[in-house]
Amino acid sequence: MIKTDILIIGAGPCGLFTVFEAGLLKLNCHLVDVLPAPGGQLTEIYPKKPIYDIPGYPSVLAGELVDNLMEQIAPFKPGFTLGEKAASLEKTGDKEFTLTTDKGTIIKAPVIAIAGGLGVFTPRKPPLEGLEKYEDNGVDYMVKDPEKYRGKNILIAGGGDSALDWTIELASVAKKISLVHRRTSFRGALDSVDKVMELAKAGKIDLLTESQATQLNGADHLESVTIKHKEKGNLDIPVDYFIPLFGLTPKLGPIAEWGLNIERSAVEVNTEDYSTNVPGIYAIGDINTYKGKLKLILCGFHEGTMMVQSAFKYIYPDQKLSFKYTTVTGVEGFTNE
Amino acid sequence: MSDSIHIKVKDREGTIHELEAPTDMSLNLMEVLKAHELPVEGTCGGMALCASCHCYIQSDHELSTPSDDEEDMLDQAFFVEDNSRLSCQIKIKESLDGLDVELAPV
Repeated sequence: MIKTDILIIGAGPCGLFTVFEAGLLKLNCHLVDVLPAPGGQLTEIYPKKPIYDIPGYPSVLAGELVDNLMEQIAPFKPGFTLGEKAASLEKTGDKEFTLTTDKGTIIKAPVIAIAGGLGVFTPRKPPLEGLEKYEDNGVDYMVKDPEKYRGKNILIAGGGDSALDWTIELASVAKKISLVHRRTSFRGALDSVDKVMELAKAGKIDLLTESQATQLNGADHLESVTIKHKEKGNLDIPVDYFIPLFGLTPKLGPIAEWGLNIERSAVEVNTEDYSTNVPGIYAIGDINTYKGKLKLILCGFHEGTMMVQSAFKYIYPDQKLSFKYTTVTGVEGFTNE
Repeated sequence: MSDSIHIKVKDREGTIHELEAPTDMSLNLMEVLKAHELPVEGTCGGMALCASCHCYIQSDHELSTPSDDEEDMLDQAFFVEDNSRLSCQIKIKESLDGLDVELAPV
């Protein structure tokens, strides 16, 4: 069990910077994120893109900004639970929330800061009829244990790194593996592309280019997938498993069930301190909404800064909070925790 | 208004929407669709870094060729056809008056 002062859900830029502002007030933070690395969208979607509206940086790469934020907050020794989804949140006492992740990690804190951006990054699901019926019944969105596919007929769809990597990896495990992709070229790493081409040439995998999966077939479980080739028309591929790998897309997720006022997939907040309708829960960054809201990193930094002041008063109503400039006091990090 | 064009959009339910879009605000098609509250996500904000603004161009207007980035991202879209585009990569300009667009399934 982990205990902290502010539990931040989402380790994007806004969540990360909040650790700094909380640290100045001697508040500890712990961050939870479903992604395996901190940075949120900046790491997952556009690490190599320059950002031009961070004050003091005429241009900074998104990935660089995340690295800098990590360096900036390091003195405050934030805790991280990465690769886990914040699943349920319960009020378990006076000024105590208990969050449980999808992997069973339990974190307790008096204050929750939801900095979830656009939501939980989840695998993009192809809009194929009857898809739900075959989930865990022949359709998988990620490979957890390659052994599951030993001796099976597998169809992987997609043209990026994960589709290529898993095709290579499972080629030695599966009975037969087919890779379906809409073009003849792939966007993945060059050596992975070469390896897939070699495997195809050697007859170890079936490469189905200029084709897309259009239909799932099978009575109780998945039996075959219909592939539509650009010119040759439809082809039925018998499979035990279909693994569509089309990247990740953000969905609001479990936050929607935490009793918060939600408007169009965003959490309504009071702009005085970015508090939600539930005392002790705040929402900052892209996940919140209010009159005049702008989804900018810049604004998220401001929101996190304002929020921790209010959080301090919420946790310690009797203590006086004096405002200090870092230029006067410097940054006094935490020695333990 | 002279500095605007008309765009016809068929949503995923088959309803037709007639939109007016200004040509002097350096907008892209995704932004216009969102401004009219059509169900287009545009998650990445228009950087051709997600596939959530995938659409079909039904008219034969002359468009810029998709960049490699756009092609790469279309790999993450579904039911991609020859007339598939990411709407964020289509700049609104005078020559696109009368553009006929259909939202792709998600």
